[in-house]
Amino acid sequence: MLGFLSRIAVAALLALSFGAQAQAPIKIGASLSVTGPAAFLGDPELKTLQLYVEKINGEGGVLGRRLELVSYDDGGDPNKANGFAKRLIEDDKVDLIIGGTTTGATMAMVPLVEKAEIPFISLAGAVVIIEPVKKWVFKTPHTDRMAAEKVFEDMKKRGMTRVGLLSENSAFGQSGKKETLGVAGKHGMTIVADETYGPKDADVTTQLTKIRNTPGVQAILVFGFGQGPGTVTKNYGQLAITLPMYQSHGVASEEYIKQSGKAAEGVRLPAAALLVANALPNSDPQKPVVVGYEKTFKDRFKQEVSTFGGHAYDGLMIAVNAIKRAGTTDKAKVRDAIEQTRGFIGTGGAFNMSPTDHMGLDLSAFRMLEIRNSDWTLAK
Amino acid sequence: MLSQTLQYLFSGLTNGAIYALAALGFSIIYNASGVINFAQGEFIMIGGVSAVMLTSAGVPMPLAILLAVLIAALVGLLLEKLAIEPAGNAEVVSLIIITIGASIFLQGLAQVIFGKGQKALAPFTGDTPIMVAGASLLPQSLWMMGTGAVIVLLLAWFFGRTRLGKAMLATAHNRLAARLVGINTRHVLAVSFVLSAALGAVAGVVSAPITFTSYDVGIMLGLKGFVAATLGGLGSGLGAVVGGLILGLMESLAAGYISSAYKDAVPFVLIILILFFMPRGLFGARVTERV
Repeated sequence: MLGFLSRIAVAALLALSFGAQAQAPIKIGASLSVTGPAAFLGDPELKTLQLYVEKINGEGGVLGRRLELVSYDDGGDPNKANGFAKRLIEDDKVDLIIGGTTTGATMAMVPLVEKAEIPFISLAGAVVIIEPVKKWVFKTPHTDRMAAEKVFEDMKKRGMTRVGLLSENSAFGQSGKKETLGVAGKHGMTIVADETYGPKDADVTTQLTKIRNTPGVQAILVFGFGQGPGTVTKNYGQLAITLPMYQSHGVASEEYIKQSGKAAEGVRLPAAALLVANALPNSDPQKPVVVGYEKTFKDRFKQEVSTFGGHAYDGLMIAVNAIKRAGTTDKAKVRDAIEQTRGFIGTGGAFNMSPTDHMGLDLSAFRMLEIRNSDWTLAK
Repeated sequence: MLSQTLQYLFSGLTNGAIYALAALGFSIIYNASGVINFAQGEFIMIGGVSAVMLTSAGVPMPLAILLAVLIAALVGLLLEKLAIEPAGNAEVVSLIIITIGASIFLQGLAQVIFGKGQKALAPFTGDTPIMVAGASLLPQSLWMMGTGAVIVLLLAWFFGRTRLGKAMLATAHNRLAARLVGINTRHVLAVSFVLSAALGAVAGVVSAPITFTSYDVGIMLGLKGFVAATLGGLGSGLGAVVGGLILGLMESLAAGYISSAYKDAVPFVLIILILFFMPRGLFGARVTERV
């Protein structure tokens, strides 16, 4: 509904200004999972895009032209995402596409955008989106491999090398598990227990007991998102396990703390700076960006920011900056400009793209957070 | 070692109690109409989500629970009046398909009204775990098991001792004959939807502190509840509870002693075996259909 209304609003504004600006708007297409299981990712993403498209138009648009957002809700279904990508390219004739909230939806859109030669910025997590590099495909969120590496870095600092892994049997959890197992050796880590749980399981004390009783285990790493990690953390508290617990960036939203209650005290996780916007030192280059985004989003929607909306902000800004630098919406030139993004400070970190790196973030983009007094703090 | 096994059992009982509560709701509607109501999971969801909404709006817990159950009962009644009844004397299969549609509709509605986030309800009696020989159990698990036991007793009394309960069984058995002896079969069907909706809501409220609750919680609960109900024998209250507990325990023991990767395969293997060797479930009535 919101999407529809804002499109009407944009259309009305366009009609009003038509006399002055004869130029056609720049069309930005989006297919996001606004409903369905990934709704808590897709919902803030859409809101962010709408908010900033309006804001940019209010400030005079890009290259003197207005932005027009054409968005569809794929419900997290790759088939629908594929259909919408086709519609965006052939019927709506958009200039570039943002979206694919989930990895599945993104991968379903990739062949179409590659064939149509249209710049595409994905908001999904997995490494497969940018590895191997695809000419027209970029992404803004951190990868699960980076999350695993960041966690291992922190564990090593605390003298821990033997890890019990508990991953969710969802696409996100299993991709995370694969990456974790893949980079463990490189960081001198040994995975001594490897258990899984279902995203909707109500009790995982069995798996946690098994991990706790594994000889030599020094820490627990949980890879999952949604309510699963909340259940795991509650059970961890119930069993009074003393091993330090690490979570992935998949739980980086306020809901996780609310669900887990006091059991979440001391849990560490890698996440973008956005979550600790106000705790960042003033010298941090990301501070103005994340504080600004947080304020704008909260003022408008009266709801906590999540990193997912931040990924959409980064995607839109990278696209807008690229169009400005290219000075045109010519697809090939915009693509080249996106690839040349250097030193762009977004909510996710500092982006430095290159022909071999279509994400452009390094490990410094992740902050190690610790939950203290039911709030995110920077881990010491 | 003992504490480890005990913890596996506790985990299984906790999950099993949730499945059992979910399974119970299937029994009533099946008893009254032979229909498997795939919107049963949604009644559970409505109960849990309404209770969370009401308590966070400042309504005291007992009142919130009562209201949540009433809301679900009302939804059950509306579902029967607006979707099932107009279908008239349609085939059972058509009615089952209607319930699937209703389930999707209710989920969508809940998503719009309650939002997409997951919320937790406060446990009834705190969340300090009860320690038994090194294993821990949440007090809420006991609440779930107790509620399940009470519901089984109530259902046994209702179907065995009351006129309405007997009328329901008669309707399920032979609708035409039931009508001939003066039973208002339409009325019976409406009552069964209201009852099972209320029961689903109770299950939703009691399990919400452990499962969290959200607009889509009914999918999993409905599915596992259905497996549990089939396992125990559709239409049998005791069967539903035993089926649920067996399911939970098997999952937990498989995760503990084999591998958690195979945990979710357990219910499916179990149901194939049961349906193959005991098509009516563990406690299902042994009926032969005359052709």
